[in-house]
Amino acid sequence: MPKVKFGVIVFPGSNCDHDAHHAVGAVMNHDVRYIWHKESSLEDVDVVIIPGGFSYGDYLRCGAIARFSPIMKDVVRFGRRGGVVMGICNGFQILTEAGLLPGALLRNDSLRFVCKDVYLRVENTHSRFTGDCVAGDVLRIPIAHGDGNFFADDETLNRLEGNGQIVFRYSAPAGELTDGANPNGSSRNIAGIINETGNILGMMPHPERACDAVLGNTDGQKIFKSLVESFSVHEVVNNLS
Amino acid sequence: MNRKSQASTFREWSVFHSTITVTLRKSILDPQGKAVEHGVHSLGYDRVAHVRIGKYIEFDINTNDRTEAERITKETCEKLLSNPVMEDFSYTVEEKKSKVHA
Repeated sequence: MPKVKFGVIVFPGSNCDHDAHHAVGAVMNHDVRYIWHKESSLEDVDVVIIPGGFSYGDYLRCGAIARFSPIMKDVVRFGRRGGVVMGICNGFQILTEAGLLPGALLRNDSLRFVCKDVYLRVENTHSRFTGDCVAGDVLRIPIAHGDGNFFADDETLNRLEGNGQIVFRYSAPAGELTDGANPNGSSRNIAGIINETGNILGMMPHPERACDAVLGNTDGQKIFKSLVESFSVHEVVNNLS
Repeated sequence: MNRKSQASTFREWSVFHSTITVTLRKSILDPQGKAVEHGVHSLGYDRVAHVRIGKYIEFDINTNDRTEAERITKETCEKLLSNPVMEDFSYTVEEKKSKVHA
């Protein structure tokens, strides 16, 4: 399989950039490089990862300042043209602030920073981030956030549901959607969504922290593996046409 | 330069001062407000209700044109200071006189 070129954006205050780099580079064996937020071009990357952390200290609102960093102009251009963008945790918050994904992430309803493993039921197994999953799959993935309470108005939530844009929901280990399994008060237990065209994913949980076998959990690999395989599928389609 | 002639070149100049409050939209549960309300009730002020927590932001705008000052304030609220998905904002814009060199 050809190598996919990943770019990990680094903002002042990013702190999961190395985790993401390690997961896709050292563990998954693909090409990866850091992209400093002051750069103006993504150049030739296939996938942009906006990693977790506390960009700009979460001042004003999480992600509100980061979206004005020079590189974000090119991320928006890239994403709107169908380029693959993956925002994890703070990266998800940045994508909503930048208008690439709908909704917003509110303070956790517990008012606490929550750092633990959670279970995610895969809701859409046809996205390019979940093609390697089968219906009913439940992944164990860690979360670490204080503002992960996904909010959108009912009309938007209904649209997300109707379009299959809800990719992951917080569930019990066997897959039941319960209030108890919802760690932050998210509307309809939403943990991750894609945009309408399916090329941009935002999720609060950290799949990059569940890739290296030495950490005892490789469930996160399924997401990166799906993504990488989606490129081969697209190439096959392109070669046939 | 002659000090006297310099002193005579002061003139009055106005700037505008904006004060902005940003709060969670009324339809959104504000858990911080709830927690503070609980504290207020613990102090015995049980008539206090609907506590909401928000943000306060202030700045000056170097213009002597009120319309422009109000436009800038509104635009910064819409584009950066608040997120319309989850927040409402309100502001006041007041004229401030100060003396500057002409």
